[in-house]
Amino acid sequence: MGYLLNINQLTKTYGNLTACDNISFDLYSGQILGIVGESGSGKSTLLNCIGSNLSIDGGKVTYTNSNNEILNIKQLPEAQHRKLTKTEWGFVQQNPRDGLRMNVTAGANIAERLLNVGVRHYGNIREEAKYWLEQVEIDTNRIDDLPSTFSGGMQQRLQLARVLVTKPGLIFMDEPTGGLDVSVQARLLDLLRSLVRNLDLSVILVTHDIGVVRLLAHRLLVMKNGQIVESGLTDRVLDDPQHPYTQQLVSSVLINN
Amino acid sequence: MPEPGFNFAYLDEQTKRSIRRAILKAIAIPGHQIPFSSREMPMSYGWGTGGIQVTASVIGKEDTLKVIDQGADDTTNAVNIRRFFKKVCGVKTTEKTSEATLIQTRHRIPETPLTEGQTIVYQVPMPEPLFVIEPSRTEAAKMHALEEYGSMYVKLYEDITQFGHIATAYDYPVIVDKRYLMKPSPIPRFDNLKMNNNPALQLFGAGREKRIYAVPPYTEVKSLDFEDYPFTVEKWEDKACEFCGATDSYLDEVVTDNEGGRMWICSDTDYCNGQLP
Repeated sequence: MGYLLNINQLTKTYGNLTACDNISFDLYSGQILGIVGESGSGKSTLLNCIGSNLSIDGGKVTYTNSNNEILNIKQLPEAQHRKLTKTEWGFVQQNPRDGLRMNVTAGANIAERLLNVGVRHYGNIREEAKYWLEQVEIDTNRIDDLPSTFSGGMQQRLQLARVLVTKPGLIFMDEPTGGLDVSVQARLLDLLRSLVRNLDLSVILVTHDIGVVRLLAHRLLVMKNGQIVESGLTDRVLDDPQHPYTQQLVSSVLINN
Repeated sequence: MPEPGFNFAYLDEQTKRSIRRAILKAIAIPGHQIPFSSREMPMSYGWGTGGIQVTASVIGKEDTLKVIDQGADDTTNAVNIRRFFKKVCGVKTTEKTSEATLIQTRHRIPETPLTEGQTIVYQVPMPEPLFVIEPSRTEAAKMHALEEYGSMYVKLYEDITQFGHIATAYDYPVIVDKRYLMKPSPIPRFDNLKMNNNPALQLFGAGREKRIYAVPPYTEVKSLDFEDYPFTVEKWEDKACEFCGATDSYLDEVVTDNEGGRMWICSDTDYCNGQLP
Protein backbone atom coordinates (compact mmCIF):
# COMPACT_ATOMS: atom_id res chain seq x y z
CA MET A 1 0.00 0.00 0.00
CA GLY A 2 1.28 3.46 -0.89
CA TYR A 3 1.59 6.41 1.40
CA LEU A 4 -1.21 8.90 1.97
CA LEU A 5 1.08 11.83 2.41
CA ASN A 6 4.73 12.17 1.54
CA ILE A 7 6.83 15.10 2.65
CA ASN A 8 10.15 15.41 0.91
CA GLN A 9 12.85 17.90 1.90
CA LEU A 10 10.36 20.53 2.97
CA THR A 11 12.00 23.83 3.83
CA LYS A 12 10.47 27.03 5.09
CA THR A 13 12.39 30.11 6.08
CA TYR A 14 11.43 33.42 7.60
CA GLY A 15 14.31 35.66 6.58
CA ASN A 16 17.39 34.31 8.37
CA LEU A 17 15.35 31.96 10.46
CA THR A 18 14.85 28.45 9.14
CA ALA A 19 11.55 27.31 10.62
CA CYS A 20 11.53 23.95 8.84
CA ASP A 21 14.81 22.55 7.63
CA ASN A 22 14.70 19.71 5.09
CA ILE A 23 11.82 17.86 6.67
CA SER A 24 10.93 14.48 5.19
CA PHE A 25 8.45 11.87 6.33
CA ASP A 26 5.63 9.62 5.15
CA LEU A 27 2.15 9.23 6.52
CA TYR A 28 0.11 6.11 5.84
CA SER A 29 -3.63 5.72 5.85
CA GLY A 30 -5.11 5.18 9.32
CA GLN A 31 -1.99 6.42 11.00
CA ILE A 32 -1.70 9.07 13.67
CA LEU A 33 1.53 10.96 13.50
CA GLY A 34 2.51 13.07 16.47
CA ILE A 35 4.89 15.98 16.16
CA VAL A 36 6.39 17.15 19.42
CA GLY A 37 8.94 19.75 20.29
CA GLU A 38 9.37 22.85 22.37
CA SER A 39 7.66 26.07 21.37
CA GLY A 40 9.40 27.73 18.46
CA SER A 41 10.73 24.43 17.13
CA GLY A 42 8.77 24.83 13.89
CA LYS A 43 6.08 22.21 14.44
CA SER A 44 3.11 24.51 13.85
CA THR A 45 4.82 26.05 10.83
CA LEU A 46 5.33 22.56 9.44
CA LEU A 47 1.65 21.77 9.96
CA ASN A 48 0.58 24.99 8.25
CA CYS A 49 2.97 24.40 5.35
CA ILE A 50 1.30 21.08 4.69
CA GLY A 51 -2.26 21.62 5.76
CA SER A 52 -3.10 25.19 4.96
CA ASN A 53 -1.87 27.53 2.33
CA LEU A 54 1.41 28.66 3.82
CA SER A 55 3.97 28.86 1.01
CA ILE A 56 7.13 26.76 1.22
CA ASP A 57 10.62 27.60 0.05
CA GLY A 58 11.68 24.15 -1.02
CA GLY A 59 10.70 20.53 -1.09
CA LYS A 60 7.65 18.63 -2.14
CA VAL A 61 4.35 17.59 -0.56
CA THR A 62 2.56 14.71 -2.23
CA TYR A 63 -0.91 13.49 -1.31
CA THR A 64 -2.84 10.47 -2.54
CA ASN A 65 -6.49 11.47 -2.75
CA SER A 66 -9.59 9.31 -2.42
CA ASN A 67 -9.51 8.49 -6.15
CA ASN A 68 -5.94 7.25 -5.76
CA GLU A 69 -4.58 10.17 -7.73
CA ILE A 70 -1.18 11.36 -6.57
CA LEU A 71 -1.25 15.14 -6.17
CA ASN A 72 1.70 17.47 -5.86
CA ILE A 73 0.11 19.82 -3.36
CA LYS A 74 2.20 22.88 -3.96
CA GLN A 75 1.65 22.73 -7.72
CA LEU A 76 -2.04 22.05 -7.42
CA PRO A 77 -4.25 24.78 -8.91
CA GLU A 78 -5.64 26.94 -6.13
CA ALA A 79 -9.23 25.90 -6.85
CA GLN A 80 -8.36 22.24 -6.35
CA HIS A 81 -6.28 22.95 -3.28
CA ARG A 82 -9.06 24.90 -1.63
CA LYS A 83 -11.52 22.14 -2.45
CA LEU A 84 -9.17 19.61 -0.88
CA THR A 85 -8.90 21.61 2.33
CA LYS A 86 -12.69 21.88 2.48
CA THR A 87 -13.49 18.23 1.82
CA GLU A 88 -10.81 15.56 2.16
CA TRP A 89 -8.78 17.51 4.66
CA GLY A 90 -9.73 19.05 7.92
CA PHE A 91 -7.88 21.47 10.14
CA VAL A 92 -8.57 21.59 13.86
CA GLN A 93 -7.15 24.81 15.23
CA GLN A 94 -5.60 25.28 18.62
CA ASN A 95 -7.99 28.15 19.26
CA PRO A 96 -11.56 27.16 18.32
CA ARG A 97 -12.23 30.78 17.44
CA ASP A 98 -9.94 30.35 14.43
CA GLY A 99 -11.74 27.26 13.21
CA LEU A 100 -15.36 28.15 13.93
CA ARG A 101 -17.73 30.91 12.94
CA MET A 102 -18.54 32.28 16.37
CA ASN A 103 -21.52 34.39 15.29
CA VAL A 104 -23.57 31.58 13.75
CA THR A 105 -25.10 28.55 15.48
CA ALA A 106 -23.36 25.23 16.06
CA GLY A 107 -25.59 23.67 13.40
CA ALA A 108 -24.61 26.29 10.83
CA ASN A 109 -20.95 25.69 11.62
CA ILE A 110 -21.33 22.04 10.71
CA ALA A 111 -23.65 22.89 7.81
CA GLU A 112 -21.11 25.16 6.17
CA ARG A 113 -18.81 22.34 5.10
CA LEU A 114 -21.80 20.52 3.57
CA LEU A 115 -23.02 23.68 1.86
CA ASN A 116 -19.55 24.11 0.44
CA VAL A 117 -19.77 20.77 -1.30
CA GLY A 118 -23.15 21.62 -2.77
CA VAL A 119 -25.72 20.06 -0.41
CA ARG A 120 -28.85 22.21 -0.65
CA HIS A 121 -31.45 20.36 1.39
CA TYR A 122 -32.05 22.00 4.76
CA GLY A 123 -33.65 18.93 6.38
CA ASN A 124 -30.83 16.61 5.36
CA ILE A 125 -28.19 19.09 6.47
CA ARG A 126 -29.79 19.31 9.89
CA GLU A 127 -29.99 15.55 10.29
CA GLU A 128 -26.36 15.28 9.33
CA ALA A 129 -25.39 18.04 11.76
CA LYS A 130 -27.26 16.31 14.59
CA TYR A 131 -25.58 13.01 13.80
CA TRP A 132 -22.13 14.53 14.03
CA LEU A 133 -22.95 16.42 17.20
CA GLU A 134 -23.85 13.05 18.70
CA GLN A 135 -20.62 11.56 17.45
CA VAL A 136 -18.61 14.19 19.28
CA GLU A 137 -20.81 13.84 22.37
CA ILE A 138 -22.52 17.21 22.23
CA ASP A 139 -26.19 17.24 23.21
CA THR A 140 -28.24 17.70 20.02
CA ASN A 141 -30.42 20.19 21.89
CA ARG A 142 -27.50 22.58 21.62
CA ILE A 143 -27.62 22.58 17.81
CA ASP A 144 -29.17 26.07 17.66
CA ASP A 145 -26.87 27.63 20.22
CA LEU A 146 -23.97 29.89 19.41
CA PRO A 147 -20.50 28.36 19.88
CA SER A 148 -19.67 31.25 22.20
CA THR A 149 -22.10 29.72 24.73
CA PHE A 150 -20.11 26.46 24.64
CA SER A 151 -17.32 25.52 27.01
CA GLY A 152 -13.78 25.29 25.66
CA GLY A 153 -13.91 21.51 25.40
CA MET A 154 -17.25 21.62 23.60
CA GLN A 155 -15.97 24.22 21.16
CA GLN A 156 -13.06 21.95 20.40
CA ARG A 157 -15.41 19.02 19.81
CA LEU A 158 -17.67 21.19 17.66
CA GLN A 159 -14.64 22.03 15.57
CA LEU A 160 -14.09 18.33 15.17
CA ALA A 161 -17.72 17.73 14.13
CA ARG A 162 -17.47 20.54 11.59
CA VAL A 163 -14.43 18.92 10.07
CA LEU A 164 -15.71 15.34 10.18
CA VAL A 165 -19.00 16.05 8.39
CA THR A 166 -17.37 15.88 4.95
CA LYS A 167 -15.73 12.56 5.89
CA PRO A 168 -12.15 13.69 5.49
CA GLY A 169 -9.25 11.26 5.10
CA LEU A 170 -6.65 13.46 6.70
CA ILE A 171 -6.97 15.73 9.70
CA PHE A 172 -4.46 18.27 10.94
CA MET A 173 -4.58 19.18 14.60
CA ASP A 174 -2.65 21.97 16.20
CA GLU A 175 -2.56 21.52 19.97
CA PRO A 176 -6.17 20.26 20.13
CA THR A 177 -6.00 19.92 23.91
CA GLY A 178 -4.25 23.20 24.58
CA GLY A 179 -6.05 25.34 27.10
CA LEU A 180 -8.32 22.56 28.33
CA ASP A 181 -8.25 21.27 31.88
CA VAL A 182 -7.00 17.77 32.51
CA SER A 183 -10.34 15.95 32.81
CA VAL A 184 -11.68 17.60 29.65
CA GLN A 185 -8.43 16.76 27.89
CA ALA A 186 -8.79 13.13 28.83
CA ARG A 187 -12.32 13.00 27.47
CA LEU A 188 -11.34 14.66 24.23
CA LEU A 189 -8.43 12.28 23.79
CA ASP A 190 -10.69 9.33 24.43
CA LEU A 191 -13.13 10.61 21.85
CA LEU A 192 -10.39 11.25 19.32
CA ARG A 193 -9.04 7.75 19.77
CA SER A 194 -12.37 6.08 19.13
CA LEU A 195 -13.24 8.35 16.19
CA VAL A 196 -9.91 7.73 14.56
CA ARG A 197 -10.36 4.00 14.86
CA ASN A 198 -13.99 3.93 13.74
CA LEU A 199 -13.67 6.36 10.85
CA ASP A 200 -10.27 5.20 9.65
CA LEU A 201 -8.84 8.70 9.88
CA SER A 202 -5.27 9.73 9.39
CA VAL A 203 -4.09 12.49 11.65
CA ILE A 204 -1.11 14.74 11.98
CA LEU A 205 -1.10 15.96 15.52
CA VAL A 206 1.07 18.78 16.74
CA THR A 207 1.47 19.11 20.48
CA HIS A 208 3.99 19.82 23.18
CA ASP A 209 2.23 17.41 25.51
CA ILE A 210 4.00 14.08 25.68
CA GLY A 211 0.98 12.52 27.41
CA VAL A 212 -1.23 13.29 24.42
CA VAL A 213 1.03 11.63 21.90
CA ARG A 214 1.61 8.63 24.14
CA LEU A 215 -2.13 8.04 24.16
CA LEU A 216 -2.89 8.81 20.53
CA ALA A 217 0.06 8.71 18.18
CA HIS A 218 1.35 5.65 16.40
CA ARG A 219 4.47 7.35 15.22
CA LEU A 220 6.34 10.32 16.54
CA LEU A 221 8.54 13.07 15.16
CA VAL A 222 10.60 15.12 17.56
CA MET A 223 11.52 18.58 16.32
CA LYS A 224 14.11 21.03 17.51
CA ASN A 225 15.21 24.22 15.79
CA GLY A 226 13.33 23.36 12.63
CA GLN A 227 14.82 19.91 12.25
CA ILE A 228 13.58 16.44 12.96
CA VAL A 229 15.97 15.13 15.58
CA GLU A 230 14.30 11.80 16.15
CA SER A 231 11.46 9.78 14.68
CA GLY A 232 9.96 6.36 15.07
CA LEU A 233 7.23 4.38 16.82
CA THR A 234 5.84 6.40 19.71
CA ASP A 235 6.62 3.84 22.37
CA ARG A 236 10.13 3.31 21.08
CA VAL A 237 10.89 7.04 21.02
CA LEU A 238 9.43 7.70 24.43
CA ASP A 239 10.79 4.63 26.18
CA ASP A 240 14.19 4.58 24.56
CA PRO A 241 15.00 8.12 23.43
CA GLN A 242 18.26 8.33 21.47
CA HIS A 243 18.75 12.03 20.93
CA PRO A 244 19.81 14.12 23.92
CA TYR A 245 16.96 16.55 23.33
CA THR A 246 14.36 13.78 23.29
CA GLN A 247 15.88 12.33 26.46
CA GLN A 248 15.54 15.72 28.08
CA LEU A 249 11.97 16.08 26.82
CA VAL A 250 10.90 12.68 28.08
CA SER A 251 12.60 13.01 31.45
CA SER A 252 10.97 16.39 32.03
CA VAL A 253 7.51 14.81 32.12
CA LEU A 254 6.06 13.90 35.47
CA ILE A 255 5.06 10.28 35.54
CA ASN A 256 2.19 9.29 37.78
CA ASN A 257 2.31 5.60 38.34
CA MET B 1 -32.51 73.35 -22.45
CA PRO B 2 -29.63 72.23 -20.26
CA GLU B 3 -28.09 74.67 -17.82
CA PRO B 4 -25.14 76.48 -19.44
CA GLY B 5 -21.68 75.94 -17.94
CA PHE B 6 -22.09 72.21 -17.51
CA ASN B 7 -21.16 69.44 -19.88
CA PHE B 8 -24.15 67.40 -21.03
CA ALA B 9 -25.13 65.12 -18.10
CA TYR B 10 -22.69 66.84 -15.71
CA LEU B 11 -19.73 64.43 -16.10
CA ASP B 12 -17.01 65.26 -18.62
CA GLU B 13 -16.82 63.14 -21.76
CA GLN B 14 -13.68 61.22 -20.78
CA THR B 15 -15.23 60.20 -17.47
CA LYS B 16 -18.38 59.07 -19.23
CA ARG B 17 -16.30 57.01 -21.63
CA SER B 18 -14.42 55.33 -18.80
CA ILE B 19 -17.68 54.51 -17.04
CA ARG B 20 -19.18 53.20 -20.30
CA ARG B 21 -16.18 50.91 -20.67
CA ALA B 22 -16.85 49.54 -17.19
CA ILE B 23 -20.52 49.10 -18.12
CA LEU B 24 -19.63 47.19 -21.29
CA LYS B 25 -17.39 44.88 -19.30
CA ALA B 26 -20.15 44.41 -16.74
CA ILE B 27 -22.64 43.48 -19.46
CA ALA B 28 -20.15 41.01 -20.92
CA ILE B 29 -19.82 39.21 -17.56
CA PRO B 30 -23.33 39.24 -16.08
CA GLY B 31 -23.35 39.76 -12.33
CA HIS B 32 -19.61 40.33 -12.03
CA GLN B 33 -18.52 43.52 -10.28
CA ILE B 34 -16.31 45.82 -12.33
CA PRO B 35 -14.29 48.51 -10.54
CA PHE B 36 -14.64 52.03 -11.91
CA SER B 37 -13.22 55.41 -11.05
CA SER B 38 -16.17 56.81 -9.16
CA ARG B 39 -16.26 60.61 -9.22
CA GLU B 40 -17.25 63.15 -6.64
CA MET B 41 -20.83 64.12 -7.38
CA PRO B 42 -22.64 67.24 -6.20
CA MET B 43 -24.34 65.20 -3.49
CA SER B 44 -23.13 62.94 -0.73
CA TYR B 45 -22.49 59.22 -0.93
CA GLY B 46 -25.59 57.26 -0.04
CA TRP B 47 -27.77 59.47 -2.20
CA GLY B 48 -27.30 57.30 -5.22
CA THR B 49 -24.05 58.66 -6.63
CA GLY B 50 -23.29 55.30 -8.28
CA GLY B 51 -26.63 55.14 -10.04
CA ILE B 52 -26.38 58.79 -11.04
CA GLN B 53 -22.96 58.29 -12.62
CA VAL B 54 -24.22 55.29 -14.57
CA THR B 55 -27.29 57.23 -15.70
CA ALA B 56 -25.14 60.23 -16.64
CA SER B 57 -22.90 57.98 -18.75
CA VAL B 58 -25.64 56.29 -20.74
CA ILE B 59 -28.23 59.07 -21.07
CA GLY B 60 -28.69 60.68 -24.50
CA LYS B 61 -30.54 63.73 -25.72
CA GLU B 62 -33.42 61.59 -26.99
CA ASP B 63 -33.93 59.71 -23.73
CA THR B 64 -36.96 60.01 -21.50
CA LEU B 65 -35.98 59.67 -17.86
CA LYS B 66 -37.99 58.33 -14.93
CA VAL B 67 -36.61 58.35 -11.39
CA ILE B 68 -38.18 56.44 -8.53
CA ASP B 69 -37.35 56.05 -4.88
CA GLN B 70 -39.12 53.23 -2.99
CA GLY B 71 -41.41 52.97 -6.02
CA ALA B 72 -42.57 56.57 -5.78
CA ASP B 73 -41.89 59.36 -8.28
CA ASP B 74 -42.59 62.11 -5.76
CA THR B 75 -40.19 61.42 -2.90
CA THR B 76 -37.20 63.61 -2.08
CA ASN B 77 -34.50 61.54 -3.77
CA ALA B 78 -36.57 60.92 -6.88
CA VAL B 79 -37.60 64.55 -7.30
CA ASN B 80 -34.07 65.87 -6.80
CA ILE B 81 -32.31 63.41 -9.04
CA ARG B 82 -34.92 63.97 -11.77
CA ARG B 83 -34.47 67.73 -11.44
CA PHE B 84 -30.70 67.34 -11.53
CA PHE B 85 -30.80 65.52 -14.85
CA LYS B 86 -33.35 67.89 -16.27
CA LYS B 87 -30.98 70.71 -15.41
CA VAL B 88 -27.76 69.21 -16.77
CA CYS B 89 -29.24 67.30 -19.74
CA GLY B 90 -32.45 69.07 -20.64
CA VAL B 91 -34.01 65.66 -21.38
CA LYS B 92 -37.67 64.81 -21.18
CA THR B 93 -38.76 63.26 -17.90
CA THR B 94 -41.80 61.20 -17.13
CA GLU B 95 -43.52 59.40 -14.30
CA LYS B 96 -44.94 56.74 -16.62
CA THR B 97 -42.92 53.54 -16.67
CA SER B 98 -44.08 52.67 -20.19
CA GLU B 99 -42.93 56.03 -21.61
CA ALA B 100 -39.47 55.99 -20.05
CA THR B 101 -36.41 54.80 -21.97
CA LEU B 102 -34.19 55.12 -18.90
CA ILE B 103 -35.27 54.51 -15.32
CA GLN B 104 -33.15 55.19 -12.28
CA THR B 105 -34.38 53.43 -9.20
CA ARG B 106 -33.76 53.08 -5.53
CA HIS B 107 -35.30 50.06 -3.74
CA ARG B 108 -37.93 48.99 -6.29
CA ILE B 109 -38.51 47.64 -9.78
CA PRO B 110 -41.66 49.16 -11.34
CA GLU B 111 -44.76 46.94 -11.34
CA THR B 112 -45.42 47.67 -15.01
CA PRO B 113 -43.33 45.09 -16.89
CA LEU B 114 -40.25 46.57 -18.51
CA THR B 115 -39.82 46.16 -22.25
CA GLU B 116 -37.02 45.71 -24.75
CA GLY B 117 -34.98 48.85 -25.26
CA GLN B 118 -35.54 50.15 -21.76
CA THR B 119 -32.64 50.49 -19.31
CA ILE B 120 -33.06 50.42 -15.56
CA VAL B 121 -30.30 51.76 -13.31
CA TYR B 122 -30.14 50.64 -9.67
CA GLN B 123 -28.50 52.61 -6.89
CA VAL B 124 -26.37 50.19 -4.88
CA PRO B 125 -25.07 50.86 -1.37
CA MET B 126 -23.04 47.66 -0.92
CA PRO B 127 -22.29 45.59 -4.03
CA GLU B 128 -20.44 42.68 -2.40
CA PRO B 129 -22.84 39.86 -1.42
CA LEU B 130 -20.08 37.92 0.35
CA PHE B 131 -19.39 40.86 2.64
CA VAL B 132 -21.64 39.46 5.37
CA ILE B 133 -19.65 36.25 5.66
CA GLU B 134 -16.21 37.29 4.40
CA PRO B 135 -14.89 40.69 5.44
CA SER B 136 -11.74 40.44 3.30
CA ARG B 137 -12.20 41.74 -0.25
CA THR B 138 -9.25 39.69 -1.49
CA GLU B 139 -10.75 36.50 -0.15
CA ALA B 140 -14.21 37.42 -1.48
CA ALA B 141 -12.75 38.00 -4.96
CA LYS B 142 -11.17 34.56 -4.76
CA MET B 143 -14.47 33.02 -3.74
CA HIS B 144 -16.18 34.65 -6.72
CA ALA B 145 -13.43 33.47 -9.06
CA LEU B 146 -13.69 29.90 -7.82
CA GLU B 147 -17.49 30.00 -7.52
CA GLU B 148 -17.32 29.10 -3.83
CA TYR B 149 -20.75 30.24 -2.78
CA GLY B 150 -21.60 27.54 -0.23
CA SER B 151 -20.91 29.79 2.77
CA MET B 152 -23.51 32.24 1.49
CA TYR B 153 -26.15 29.69 2.34
CA VAL B 154 -25.09 29.78 6.00
CA LYS B 155 -27.11 32.99 6.32
CA LEU B 156 -30.20 31.30 4.85
CA TYR B 157 -29.66 28.28 7.10
CA GLU B 158 -29.59 30.58 10.12
CA ASP B 159 -32.79 32.28 8.95
CA ILE B 160 -34.69 29.01 8.71
CA THR B 161 -33.27 27.83 12.03
CA GLN B 162 -34.28 31.02 13.78
CA PHE B 163 -37.55 31.97 12.08
CA GLY B 164 -38.72 28.79 10.35
CA HIS B 165 -38.44 30.42 6.95
CA ILE B 166 -35.94 32.49 5.00
CA ALA B 167 -36.44 35.90 6.56
CA THR B 168 -34.16 37.94 4.31
CA ALA B 169 -36.64 40.49 2.99
CA TYR B 170 -34.57 42.79 0.81
CA ASP B 171 -31.27 42.64 -1.07
CA TYR B 172 -31.91 38.92 -1.38
CA PRO B 173 -28.84 37.34 -3.03
CA VAL B 174 -29.17 35.89 -6.53
CA ILE B 175 -27.09 33.84 -8.94
CA VAL B 176 -26.87 35.49 -12.35
CA ASP B 177 -26.60 33.38 -15.49
CA LYS B 178 -25.75 30.29 -13.39
CA ARG B 179 -22.43 31.83 -12.43
CA TYR B 180 -21.99 34.98 -10.37
CA LEU B 181 -23.48 35.66 -6.98
CA MET B 182 -24.98 39.15 -7.00
CA LYS B 183 -26.69 41.55 -4.66
CA PRO B 184 -29.73 43.03 -6.37
CA SER B 185 -29.46 46.27 -4.31
CA PRO B 186 -32.02 46.73 -1.52
CA ILE B 187 -35.11 45.88 -3.55
CA PRO B 188 -37.70 43.76 -1.72
CA ARG B 189 -37.43 40.09 -2.56
CA PHE B 190 -40.88 40.55 -4.14
CA ASP B 191 -39.01 42.14 -7.05
CA ASN B 192 -36.41 39.39 -7.45
CA LEU B 193 -38.67 37.47 -9.81
CA LYS B 194 -38.90 40.51 -12.09
CA MET B 195 -35.14 40.46 -12.66
CA ASN B 196 -35.27 37.01 -14.17
CA ASN B 197 -35.39 37.01 -17.98
CA ASN B 198 -36.22 40.69 -18.02
CA PRO B 199 -36.25 42.18 -21.55
CA ALA B 200 -34.72 45.43 -20.25
CA LEU B 201 -31.04 46.08 -19.59
CA GLN B 202 -30.33 46.26 -15.86
CA LEU B 203 -27.32 48.29 -14.67
CA PHE B 204 -26.10 48.63 -11.09
CA GLY B 205 -23.88 51.42 -9.79
CA ALA B 206 -22.23 51.65 -6.37
CA GLY B 207 -20.57 55.05 -6.02
CA ARG B 208 -18.88 54.79 -2.65
CA GLU B 209 -17.72 51.22 -3.26
CA LYS B 210 -16.70 52.08 -6.85
CA ARG B 211 -18.28 49.07 -8.53
CA ILE B 212 -20.54 48.60 -11.55
CA TYR B 213 -22.34 45.41 -12.52
CA ALA B 214 -25.07 44.47 -14.92
CA VAL B 215 -27.70 41.96 -15.95
CA PRO B 216 -28.16 41.95 -19.74
CA PRO B 217 -31.67 41.48 -21.20
CA TYR B 218 -33.12 37.97 -21.03
CA THR B 219 -30.62 36.66 -18.48
CA GLU B 220 -31.46 34.06 -15.87
CA VAL B 221 -31.51 35.46 -12.34
CA LYS B 222 -32.10 32.84 -9.69
CA SER B 223 -32.63 33.59 -6.01
CA LEU B 224 -30.74 31.39 -3.56
CA ASP B 225 -32.85 28.82 -1.72
CA PHE B 226 -32.93 25.30 -0.32
CA GLU B 227 -34.55 22.31 -2.03
CA ASP B 228 -37.00 21.93 0.86
CA TYR B 229 -37.37 25.69 1.45
CA PRO B 230 -37.92 27.17 -2.01
CA PHE B 231 -37.72 30.90 -2.65
CA THR B 232 -41.01 32.71 -1.96
CA VAL B 233 -42.12 36.32 -2.20
CA GLU B 234 -44.05 38.45 0.27
CA LYS B 235 -47.84 38.10 0.28
CA TRP B 236 -50.47 40.40 1.71
CA GLU B 237 -53.15 37.69 2.02
CA ASP B 238 -56.50 39.48 1.92
CA LYS B 239 -55.19 43.01 1.49
CA ALA B 240 -55.54 45.21 -1.56
CA CYS B 241 -54.29 48.73 -2.27
CA GLU B 242 -56.72 51.11 -0.59
CA PHE B 243 -56.35 53.64 -3.42
CA CYS B 244 -56.59 51.52 -6.53
CA GLY B 245 -57.62 48.08 -5.30
CA ALA B 246 -54.61 46.31 -6.82
CA THR B 247 -53.85 42.93 -5.27
CA ASP B 248 -50.79 42.09 -7.37
CA SER B 249 -48.48 44.93 -6.39
CA TYR B 250 -46.06 45.55 -3.52
CA LEU B 251 -47.96 47.23 -0.69
CA ASP B 252 -46.62 49.74 1.82
CA GLU B 253 -48.18 50.09 5.23
CA VAL B 254 -48.64 53.79 5.93
CA VAL B 255 -49.47 55.17 9.36
CA THR B 256 -52.08 57.87 8.89
CA ASP B 257 -52.73 59.35 12.34
CA ASN B 258 -51.78 59.19 16.01
CA GLU B 259 -54.61 56.78 16.83
CA GLY B 260 -52.92 53.83 15.15
CA GLY B 261 -54.82 54.26 11.92
CA ARG B 262 -52.98 52.78 8.97
CA MET B 263 -53.59 51.95 5.37
CA TRP B 264 -52.08 49.71 2.74
CA ILE B 265 -51.15 51.35 -0.55
CA CYS B 266 -49.12 50.52 -3.66
CA SER B 267 -45.49 51.52 -3.28
CA ASP B 268 -45.33 52.10 -7.06
CA THR B 269 -47.18 55.41 -7.49
CA ASP B 270 -47.26 55.26 -11.28
CA TYR B 271 -48.77 51.80 -11.26
CA CYS B 272 -51.30 52.85 -8.63
CA ASN B 273 -52.40 55.87 -10.68
CA GLY B 274 -52.72 53.66 -13.74
CA GLN B 275 -55.13 51.32 -11.96
CA LEU B 276 -57.53 54.11 -11.06
CA PRO B 277 -60.58 54.34 -13.30
